[in-house]
Amino acid sequence: MELAAILIIPAIASGLSLSPLGRRFAAPITLGASAIVLVVEVAVAEEAAQTGRVEAFGQGLTCDGLGALILLLVSLVGFTAALFSWGYIRHRAEHGGGRREQHYYGLYNLFVLTMLATPVLANVALMWIAVELTTLLSAFLVGFEDTPEALEAAWKYVVLTTLGAVLALLGFLILYWGSRVAGYEPFTWVGLVEAAPKMPPALLWPAFLLVLVGFGTKVGLVPMHTWLPDAHSQAPAPICALLSGVETTTVLYVILRLFPVIRVAPGLDARPWFIGFGLVSVGIAALLLIYVSDFKRLFAFSTVEHMGIILVAAGLGGAEAHLGAAYQITGHAIAKSFCFFAAGIAVIAAGTQEIAAVRGLVRSSALGTAALVAGGIAIAGAPPFAIFVSEFLILKAGIASGHYVIVGLLGVFVVIAFCAVMLHINRMAFGVPGRDTRFTAGPFPFGTPDGPTLALPSLPGTRAAPLSCKLTLALAAIPLIVIGIYVPAPLQHLLTAAARAMGG
Amino acid sequence: MDSATYPFIFALDALTGALFLLTAIGVVGTRQVLASLQLFIAQSMLLTLSAVLLGIALGSVHLFAVAAITIATKTLLIPWLLRRTVSSEVYRTREIERVLNIPSSLLVAAALVVLAYVVANPLLRAVTMPFAAINLPLGLAAMFLGVFTVAVRREAVPQLLGLLAIENGVFFAGVAIVPSLPVIAELAAAVDVPVITLVVGLLTRQIHKRLGTTAVGQLAALREH
Repeated sequence: MELAAILIIPAIASGLSLSPLGRRFAAPITLGASAIVLVVEVAVAEEAAQTGRVEAFGQGLTCDGLGALILLLVSLVGFTAALFSWGYIRHRAEHGGGRREQHYYGLYNLFVLTMLATPVLANVALMWIAVELTTLLSAFLVGFEDTPEALEAAWKYVVLTTLGAVLALLGFLILYWGSRVAGYEPFTWVGLVEAAPKMPPALLWPAFLLVLVGFGTKVGLVPMHTWLPDAHSQAPAPICALLSGVETTTVLYVILRLFPVIRVAPGLDARPWFIGFGLVSVGIAALLLIYVSDFKRLFAFSTVEHMGIILVAAGLGGAEAHLGAAYQITGHAIAKSFCFFAAGIAVIAAGTQEIAAVRGLVRSSALGTAALVAGGIAIAGAPPFAIFVSEFLILKAGIASGHYVIVGLLGVFVVIAFCAVMLHINRMAFGVPGRDTRFTAGPFPFGTPDGPTLALPSLPGTRAAPLSCKLTLALAAIPLIVIGIYVPAPLQHLLTAAARAMGG
Repeated sequence: MDSATYPFIFALDALTGALFLLTAIGVVGTRQVLASLQLFIAQSMLLTLSAVLLGIALGSVHLFAVAAITIATKTLLIPWLLRRTVSSEVYRTREIERVLNIPSSLLVAAALVVLAYVVANPLLRAVTMPFAAINLPLGLAAMFLGVFTVAVRREAVPQLLGLLAIENGVFFAGVAIVPSLPVIAELAAAVDVPVITLVVGLLTRQIHKRLGTTAVGQLAALREH
């Protein structure tokens, strides 16, 4: 029943936000609903970690360790982002009035609902619809700022990810065809694993590739990643936290689900494709990280890098590597959402997303600067943060299983990415104001080309961050700091269960 | 359920498939937005016809539902939604900006059709299904042509019509390969396609309002400087 509650509560919250009641109370309604969902989800995750599988409605809704992990992260970021939205959206939507805010929260709840539905719906066809709706419902959230850049980003986001989703749809139709040919009826992940050994490989193989490429577009795998840095840099900060922190991994979850299906099929091997796509994504993202000049784009490319690492880990196989992947999924969601909250505060304070402008930010928002730097260090993969531990686990597992070349390449790319992120962090924290103009050359709505720091006091929108934003940052900092040093026993069980589900 | 049992339906489906492919190529070659919308409507009607033919031949009620939903959403609801959201874009007579000229586009289109047959061949050899032999390669071809349309069109509404043509292609293949999949075919067709149209249509209107253009292919403010 808890699984049904997880889906019903956001739907009710969305309705209430759009009703006349929402004119004044949309933000608290959304916050309350996401808090309830988080509490319910913790109970589900505990049960899933112990029993391995939670079911409801005669197996219409189901959730195993991996699904529960995704659910937990979506509801966690759904809660923190709702808290952040309270002050942030009021600040940004000032000119549009209450209607805009109501629309925001109506869509926000539905967007979270579709992400929660993806790992819960047992029927793979329904799951595809949930994934497709995540794009369509978040399109207007991405374009919420209503600037030309935001609309451009929203357009690319919708067209490219919908294109990918339709390719994946054909993949799922062929999968269903295959399971019918093999004589199996229920179109669920469990049913597919049972049917896979008897499916004609000529059907299973193109289906796998279509889903990998189609949904890989939405995950942001290179070379289908082109929309991702745009959407993840132009959306309002709380939406970026959801898009980057959990939407990507929710869709990656679907791709990871195919791993056990292909594993039991005779003569097929998904691993080279996972490792290939993963390594290319990590490598290209690492190189592009060097050239960014906007800190939200920095975080976005880091997401591409992390998705690649998770895919490589899944492809390496084995309990150790899969545990590393589960840990990386967790660390990424927590750290990346924190980064975008910090970015939101910095944007409110300085009215710019430029890396080169941040060092001037120290004067107007010490909190924003400190949070940006801390978040940057966390996503770069420096100790003592979780991503350091998970990357270490994955590299160790790769060496233990003798994949020296893959581990070597992955190691090099990770180090390049680390250096690139630290370079920008260094520039943000210790740069000499007004000196380095190389990174400020781009056209930017609020900055001036030769030293935005000088113009700071008169910049439009310069203001202290709303209380709810600061509160979110403090709340989000707790798991960020704790999880790298100490993993509580229940979470450890959940991660192990997730790793087991990944291997099949 | 093979070609010998239903020679007439089989032949009709083959004819429908040929016309379906022609409309897909037409969308690539056409010069005006309104013409591509009309071709899309024709294509949707041919998809409906194929679903009905296969529904009769295979005795599948689900395919009749797919047919009803397709005709309701794609030939009635979508043109209405487009008229409501972006009427000036669709119904003003003018030429569409494109990246590639028409002769080269048609050459690429021909290559894509050949590619579709090459890709579909191993699948059809693995499983013998007579209607799939018609619908799968033609559906794939329409899908490839749709992807190509999205890639070469620079304007918002033609890109949307390309997306919807891809969806049509997938369903044209789908009605033959999974005639008994109720949930995905019906729900996806009933919910997903109009939502895509609505979202993209409203986004187009917003872009037009803010930027005074719908040449989305020329939006390029976002990149690494």
